[in-house]
Amino acid sequence: MKLKKFGERIPQSLFFLIALSALSALALITIFIFIEGVPLIAKVGFFNFIFGMKWAPSLGQYGIFPMIVGTVLVTVGAVIIGVPIALCCSIFLAEFAPRQLSMLVRPAIQLLAGIPSVVYGFWGLIFIVPAIRNYLGGPGLSILAGSIILAIMILPTVISISEVSILALPPLLKEGAFALGATHWQTIRSVLLPAAKSGILASIILGIGRAVGETMAVIMVLGNAVALPSSILDPARTLTTNIGIEMGYASGEHQQALFATGIVLLVIIMILNASAQYAIRRK
Amino acid sequence: MTDQSKISVKNLNFYYSKHQVIKNLSLEVKANEILSVFGPANSGTTTLLRTMNRMWDIIPGARMEGEVLLDGNNIYASNASTIELRRKVGIVFEIPTPLPMSIFDNVAYGPRLSGIKNKVALEEIVEKSLRMAVIWDEVKDRLHSIGSRLSGGQQQRLCIARVLALEPEVILLDRPCSGLDPVSTAKIEESLRQLKEQFTIIIVPHNVQQAGRVADRAVFLLMGDLIEEGPTAVMFANPKDKRTSDYITGRFG
Repeated sequence: MKLKKFGERIPQSLFFLIALSALSALALITIFIFIEGVPLIAKVGFFNFIFGMKWAPSLGQYGIFPMIVGTVLVTVGAVIIGVPIALCCSIFLAEFAPRQLSMLVRPAIQLLAGIPSVVYGFWGLIFIVPAIRNYLGGPGLSILAGSIILAIMILPTVISISEVSILALPPLLKEGAFALGATHWQTIRSVLLPAAKSGILASIILGIGRAVGETMAVIMVLGNAVALPSSILDPARTLTTNIGIEMGYASGEHQQALFATGIVLLVIIMILNASAQYAIRRK
Repeated sequence: MTDQSKISVKNLNFYYSKHQVIKNLSLEVKANEILSVFGPANSGTTTLLRTMNRMWDIIPGARMEGEVLLDGNNIYASNASTIELRRKVGIVFEIPTPLPMSIFDNVAYGPRLSGIKNKVALEEIVEKSLRMAVIWDEVKDRLHSIGSRLSGGQQQRLCIARVLALEPEVILLDRPCSGLDPVSTAKIEESLRQLKEQFTIIIVPHNVQQAGRVADRAVFLLMGDLIEEGPTAVMFANPKDKRTSDYITGRFG
């Protein structure tokens, strides 16, 4: 009896320890970033750091406002382009597609998530950037180019989560609307989408999180200029690309400033994930 | 007109993939009667109900042979409209599932789909339907709160009300009281008796007692075969088939 209890307890504590190690990695990274970054924010001043217009590490000026604006614009652009496509696709897969077709399309969309981001960036640089330069003007390396690439990259996240949330609805909901004389499209529009809206909202928020965090592909097509853009055809820099570009040669205060940029990024992502969780739990 | 039937089912065979659930069944349903279709689980009662307003179209692998006529017209004719059929033949399911909208909108959903936009007219239909389903007094002060917040019994009466709002000719009820307490059940049965004046009602009861209580006529199905049909009082007092009497008296099932 005692031996049996002991045999139960060993795996239990083993799993607990291993689970804890994953959690402690998160804690370690977070603490490290904060230890490195917070002193610089304190030195420059919170408002000067967040709302400062000038980023000139050699002059000791650390204002990341243009990058916050860059991040927001690129992400909003990606949402405007990507979300309608993703929602149509998920509705098609969940409701209209014949079984065989959806069995084919679903893994293909999952594959989209598996393409390395550097490949996306390379493709964008070779095809999208010249196309924008030739047809719309500007340098081509631009917010628009970044938005288009990110729109494609968030598709798998938004499509699969919203498709699942539509498929998870009780079949009786659909039958109920059919039984009241609704057509398929009327049922989707007035019953299924409203019922699945918390899941769909969560998929969009997680897509936004993916767009905000993406670095490599964005570095390659965004132009990376640290200035407030005046149009979507201007180059820009995001929070992630700021770290990605400068980490190779930064040291001392400059390096601390990059960690401070990481803090801002981490807080944004945490807020997005928390709101996605909230959206999922709210019925 | 010699044919007084509201619904005629002729030589109906029904299959889910290879499995046959209804075997060569024919049945006449008269206007303004309450007919109960009862039998143990997997007897084809629910399926029979669903063939009457084509609510099996979306089930993969389902296949039907035979005819179902409504007022003498084949509802499976190639030019028959499924949408119009479902407005004439409403169905209430076993598990009440309010649509994700307010109580008012749940009831107004069907009328709105058929093109009624006028607010006053909609309000009238909603109140009338909720009164007929014996739920008006319980919800009249919260018509704009969400339908799924109601209790199970209230949800089911809301689902009945939303079918009544279509002003159908036939109402199909698939074990409408299976998850409900006796008080809610009594309320629903009471409303059925009132509704009989205007509608033809076909009910799959959730137990034998309910079949005996509410129906004018009864049909007993067993494994897809029609075993016996007749006036409820006669069938329950004096069943012709031994299997019917065994089931009614609780010797099996």
